[in-house]
Amino acid sequence: MSTPTHEMWTARLRGAWQRNLPIEKLLPDDQPAYVVSWIYVFGVATIAALGVIIASGVVLAFQGPAWYHTSDIGNFTNSMHFWSVQMFFAFMVIHLWGKFWMAAWRGNRVRTWITGAVAFVVSIATAFTGYLVQTNFDSQWISFEAKDGFNSMGVGAWFTVTNLGQMLLLHVAFLPLILGVLTLVHVLMVRRRGVVPPIDAVPGNMEVHK
Amino acid sequence: MTGWLASFLDHPATYLKWGWFQISISNLIVILIMLALFAAAILIKFPKGRE
Repeated sequence: MSTPTHEMWTARLRGAWQRNLPIEKLLPDDQPAYVVSWIYVFGVATIAALGVIIASGVVLAFQGPAWYHTSDIGNFTNSMHFWSVQMFFAFMVIHLWGKFWMAAWRGNRVRTWITGAVAFVVSIATAFTGYLVQTNFDSQWISFEAKDGFNSMGVGAWFTVTNLGQMLLLHVAFLPLILGVLTLVHVLMVRRRGVVPPIDAVPGNMEVHK
Repeated sequence: MTGWLASFLDHPATYLKWGWFQISISNLIVILIMLALFAAAILIKFPKGRE
Protein backbone atom coordinates (compact mmCIF):
# COMPACT_ATOMS: atom_id res chain seq x y z
CA MET A 1 0.00 0.00 0.00
CA SER A 2 1.42 3.38 -0.94
CA THR A 3 1.74 6.14 1.65
CA PRO A 4 -0.48 9.18 1.02
CA THR A 5 1.54 11.99 -0.51
CA HIS A 6 0.89 14.43 2.33
CA GLU A 7 2.52 12.08 4.84
CA MET A 8 5.68 11.39 2.88
CA TRP A 9 8.85 12.89 4.37
CA THR A 10 9.61 14.63 1.10
CA ALA A 11 6.26 16.47 1.21
CA ARG A 12 6.72 17.37 4.88
CA LEU A 13 10.25 18.64 4.19
CA ARG A 14 9.03 20.66 1.18
CA GLY A 15 6.21 22.18 3.22
CA ALA A 16 8.50 23.06 6.11
CA TRP A 17 11.03 24.63 3.73
CA GLN A 18 8.35 26.70 1.96
CA ARG A 19 6.86 27.90 5.26
CA ASN A 20 10.19 28.85 6.82
CA LEU A 21 12.31 29.93 3.87
CA PRO A 22 10.25 30.89 0.80
CA ILE A 23 12.24 31.89 -2.28
CA GLU A 24 11.49 35.61 -1.63
CA LYS A 25 13.39 35.33 1.66
CA LEU A 26 16.13 33.15 0.22
CA LEU A 27 16.92 35.53 -2.66
CA PRO A 28 15.67 38.96 -1.56
CA ASP A 29 16.01 42.09 -3.71
CA ASP A 30 15.49 44.57 -0.89
CA GLN A 31 16.70 45.08 2.66
CA PRO A 32 15.56 47.22 5.61
CA ALA A 33 16.88 50.80 5.69
CA TYR A 34 19.20 50.11 8.63
CA VAL A 35 21.27 47.69 6.52
CA VAL A 36 22.72 50.73 4.69
CA SER A 37 25.89 50.68 6.82
CA TRP A 38 29.45 49.46 6.24
CA ILE A 39 29.27 47.27 9.36
CA TYR A 40 26.85 44.94 7.52
CA VAL A 41 29.45 44.38 4.77
CA PHE A 42 31.84 42.28 6.83
CA GLY A 43 29.73 39.10 6.84
CA VAL A 44 29.72 38.86 3.07
CA ALA A 45 33.39 39.97 2.97
CA THR A 46 34.15 36.94 5.17
CA ILE A 47 32.33 34.66 2.72
CA ALA A 48 34.21 36.25 -0.21
CA ALA A 49 37.53 35.58 1.55
CA LEU A 50 36.40 31.99 2.19
CA GLY A 51 35.75 31.63 -1.54
CA VAL A 52 39.33 32.72 -2.34
CA ILE A 53 40.65 30.33 0.34
CA ILE A 54 38.77 27.37 -1.16
CA ALA A 55 39.70 28.24 -4.76
CA SER A 56 43.42 28.70 -4.00
CA GLY A 57 43.35 25.62 -1.74
CA VAL A 58 41.94 23.46 -4.54
CA VAL A 59 44.77 24.63 -6.84
CA LEU A 60 47.37 23.87 -4.14
CA ALA A 61 45.87 20.41 -3.59
CA PHE A 62 45.99 19.55 -7.28
CA GLN A 63 49.49 20.93 -7.93
CA GLY A 64 51.14 19.70 -4.74
CA PRO A 65 54.07 20.82 -2.56
CA ALA A 66 56.73 20.29 -5.23
CA TRP A 67 54.96 22.99 -7.23
CA TYR A 68 54.04 25.48 -4.53
CA HIS A 69 57.45 25.40 -2.88
CA THR A 70 59.51 25.86 -6.04
CA SER A 71 57.72 27.78 -8.82
CA ASP A 72 56.91 31.50 -8.78
CA ILE A 73 53.23 30.94 -9.57
CA GLY A 74 53.16 28.21 -6.91
CA ASN A 75 54.62 30.58 -4.32
CA PHE A 76 52.08 33.21 -5.37
CA THR A 77 49.16 30.78 -5.01
CA ASN A 78 50.52 29.60 -1.66
CA SER A 79 50.72 33.23 -0.48
CA MET A 80 47.22 33.94 -1.80
CA HIS A 81 45.94 30.99 0.27
CA PHE A 82 47.73 32.30 3.37
CA TRP A 83 46.75 35.96 3.03
CA SER A 84 43.11 35.20 2.17
CA VAL A 85 43.00 33.31 5.49
CA GLN A 86 44.32 36.43 7.26
CA MET A 87 41.63 38.53 5.55
CA PHE A 88 39.02 35.87 6.40
CA PHE A 89 39.83 36.06 10.11
CA ALA A 90 40.09 39.86 10.16
CA PHE A 91 36.70 40.24 8.45
CA MET A 92 35.11 37.52 10.59
CA VAL A 93 36.31 39.10 13.85
CA ILE A 94 35.06 42.57 12.79
CA HIS A 95 31.74 40.89 11.83
CA LEU A 96 31.73 39.27 15.29
CA TRP A 97 32.41 42.61 17.04
CA GLY A 98 29.60 44.27 15.09
CA LYS A 99 27.11 41.51 15.84
CA PHE A 100 28.12 41.30 19.50
CA TRP A 101 27.56 45.02 20.13
CA MET A 102 24.20 44.95 18.36
CA ALA A 103 23.22 41.81 20.36
CA ALA A 104 22.47 39.97 17.13
CA TRP A 105 20.97 36.98 18.96
CA ARG A 106 17.79 39.03 19.58
CA GLY A 107 14.57 38.16 17.76
CA ASN A 108 14.86 34.37 17.92
CA ARG A 109 18.28 34.48 16.24
CA VAL A 110 20.17 32.52 18.91
CA ARG A 111 20.83 29.58 16.55
CA THR A 112 22.28 31.99 13.98
CA TRP A 113 24.62 33.30 16.68
CA ILE A 114 25.59 29.77 17.81
CA THR A 115 26.33 28.48 14.29
CA GLY A 116 28.50 31.56 13.72
CA ALA A 117 30.37 31.02 16.97
CA VAL A 118 30.96 27.32 16.24
CA ALA A 119 32.06 28.18 12.67
CA PHE A 120 34.62 30.57 14.22
CA VAL A 121 36.05 27.77 16.40
CA VAL A 122 36.14 25.30 13.47
CA SER A 123 37.89 27.99 11.36
CA ILE A 124 40.65 28.23 13.99
CA ALA A 125 41.14 24.45 13.93
CA THR A 126 41.22 24.50 10.11
CA ALA A 127 43.76 27.32 10.06
CA PHE A 128 46.03 25.66 12.62
CA THR A 129 46.03 22.33 10.77
CA GLY A 130 46.98 24.40 7.70
CA TYR A 131 50.17 25.51 9.46
CA LEU A 132 50.96 21.81 10.05
CA VAL A 133 50.67 20.68 6.42
CA GLN A 134 52.96 23.21 4.72
CA THR A 135 55.56 20.40 4.34
CA ASN A 136 58.50 22.61 5.30
CA PHE A 137 60.66 23.22 8.38
CA ASP A 138 58.11 25.70 9.69
CA SER A 139 55.36 23.05 9.85
CA GLN A 140 57.83 20.57 11.37
CA TRP A 141 58.75 23.06 14.10
CA ILE A 142 55.12 24.00 14.81
CA SER A 143 53.99 20.36 15.03
CA PHE A 144 56.80 19.45 17.43
CA GLU A 145 55.87 22.40 19.64
CA ALA A 146 52.13 21.64 19.43
CA LYS A 147 52.47 17.93 20.28
CA ASP A 148 53.56 18.78 23.83
CA GLY A 149 50.44 20.88 24.33
CA PHE A 150 48.14 18.15 23.04
CA ASN A 151 49.95 15.44 25.01
CA SER A 152 49.60 17.49 28.19
CA MET A 153 45.85 17.56 27.57
CA GLY A 154 45.80 13.79 27.12
CA VAL A 155 44.57 13.81 23.51
CA GLY A 156 47.92 13.37 21.76
CA ALA A 157 47.32 9.72 20.85
CA TRP A 158 44.03 10.58 19.18
CA PHE A 159 44.87 13.94 17.67
CA THR A 160 48.46 13.52 16.52
CA VAL A 161 49.80 16.80 15.19
CA THR A 162 53.02 15.16 13.99
CA ASN A 163 51.00 12.77 11.79
CA LEU A 164 51.09 14.58 8.42
CA GLY A 165 48.50 12.25 6.85
CA GLN A 166 45.98 12.86 9.63
CA MET A 167 46.53 16.63 9.64
CA LEU A 168 46.34 16.83 5.83
CA LEU A 169 43.02 14.97 5.71
CA LEU A 170 41.61 17.08 8.55
CA HIS A 171 42.73 20.27 6.80
CA VAL A 172 41.59 19.54 3.24
CA ALA A 173 38.53 17.32 3.84
CA PHE A 174 36.97 16.96 7.29
CA LEU A 175 37.25 20.48 8.73
CA PRO A 176 36.41 22.37 5.48
CA LEU A 177 33.35 20.14 5.09
CA ILE A 178 32.13 21.03 8.59
CA LEU A 179 32.95 24.72 8.06
CA GLY A 180 31.15 24.71 4.70
CA VAL A 181 28.00 23.16 6.20
CA LEU A 182 28.07 25.55 9.18
CA THR A 183 28.51 28.56 6.87
CA LEU A 184 25.60 27.41 4.69
CA VAL A 185 23.32 26.86 7.70
CA HIS A 186 24.41 30.22 9.18
CA VAL A 187 23.56 32.10 5.96
CA LEU A 188 20.23 30.27 5.55
CA MET A 189 19.32 31.23 9.13
CA VAL A 190 20.18 34.87 8.43
CA ARG A 191 17.93 34.73 5.36
CA ARG A 192 15.14 33.10 7.37
CA ARG A 193 15.09 35.58 10.27
CA GLY A 194 16.38 38.57 8.33
CA VAL A 195 19.22 40.89 9.30
CA VAL A 196 19.00 41.91 12.97
CA PRO A 197 17.74 45.50 13.44
CA PRO A 198 19.67 48.04 15.54
CA ILE A 199 18.78 47.99 19.25
CA ASP A 200 17.10 51.43 19.05
CA ALA A 201 15.24 50.74 15.78
CA VAL A 202 11.59 51.80 15.78
CA PRO A 203 9.39 49.13 14.17
CA GLY A 204 7.38 51.74 12.25
CA ASN A 205 10.52 53.32 10.78
CA MET A 206 11.97 50.45 8.79
CA GLU A 207 11.31 51.55 5.25
CA VAL A 208 12.75 49.26 2.62
CA HIS A 209 15.65 50.12 0.31
CA LYS A 210 15.61 48.37 -3.05
CA MET B 1 61.91 38.04 -2.26
CA THR B 2 64.52 40.81 -2.38
CA GLY B 3 64.98 44.35 -1.12
CA TRP B 4 63.91 46.09 2.05
CA LEU B 5 60.84 43.86 2.57
CA ALA B 6 62.99 40.72 2.71
CA SER B 7 65.38 42.27 5.22
CA PHE B 8 62.40 43.60 7.22
CA LEU B 9 60.78 40.15 7.42
CA ASP B 10 63.96 38.11 7.80
CA HIS B 11 64.52 38.57 11.53
CA PRO B 12 62.76 37.48 14.73
CA ALA B 13 59.71 39.52 15.74
CA THR B 14 60.09 42.43 18.15
CA TYR B 15 57.92 42.07 21.25
CA LEU B 16 56.43 44.63 23.59
CA LYS B 17 56.12 43.53 27.22
CA TRP B 18 54.04 44.81 30.12
CA GLY B 19 54.56 42.42 33.05
CA TRP B 20 52.91 39.11 32.17
CA PHE B 21 51.49 40.48 28.90
CA GLN B 22 53.50 40.49 25.70
CA ILE B 23 52.63 41.01 22.05
CA SER B 24 54.63 41.23 18.84
CA ILE B 25 54.57 44.60 17.09
CA SER B 26 53.24 42.95 13.91
CA ASN B 27 50.27 41.41 15.76
CA LEU B 28 49.62 44.72 17.53
CA ILE B 29 49.57 46.54 14.17
CA VAL B 30 47.07 44.01 12.72
CA ILE B 31 44.77 44.40 15.76
CA LEU B 32 44.98 48.21 15.55
CA ILE B 33 44.10 48.08 11.82
CA MET B 34 41.09 45.85 12.61
CA LEU B 35 39.91 48.27 15.33
CA ALA B 36 40.34 51.18 12.88
CA LEU B 37 38.32 49.28 10.24
CA PHE B 38 35.59 48.58 12.82
CA ALA B 39 35.41 52.26 13.80
CA ALA B 40 35.45 53.36 10.15
CA ALA B 41 32.63 50.91 9.30
CA ILE B 42 30.45 52.52 11.97
CA LEU B 43 31.41 56.17 11.38
CA ILE B 44 31.70 56.40 7.58
CA LYS B 45 28.41 56.86 5.80
CA PHE B 46 27.43 54.11 3.35
CA PRO B 47 26.70 55.37 -0.20
CA LYS B 48 22.98 55.58 -0.91
CA GLY B 49 21.56 52.50 -2.60
CA ARG B 50 18.83 52.39 -5.24
CA GLU B 51 15.64 53.99 -4.00
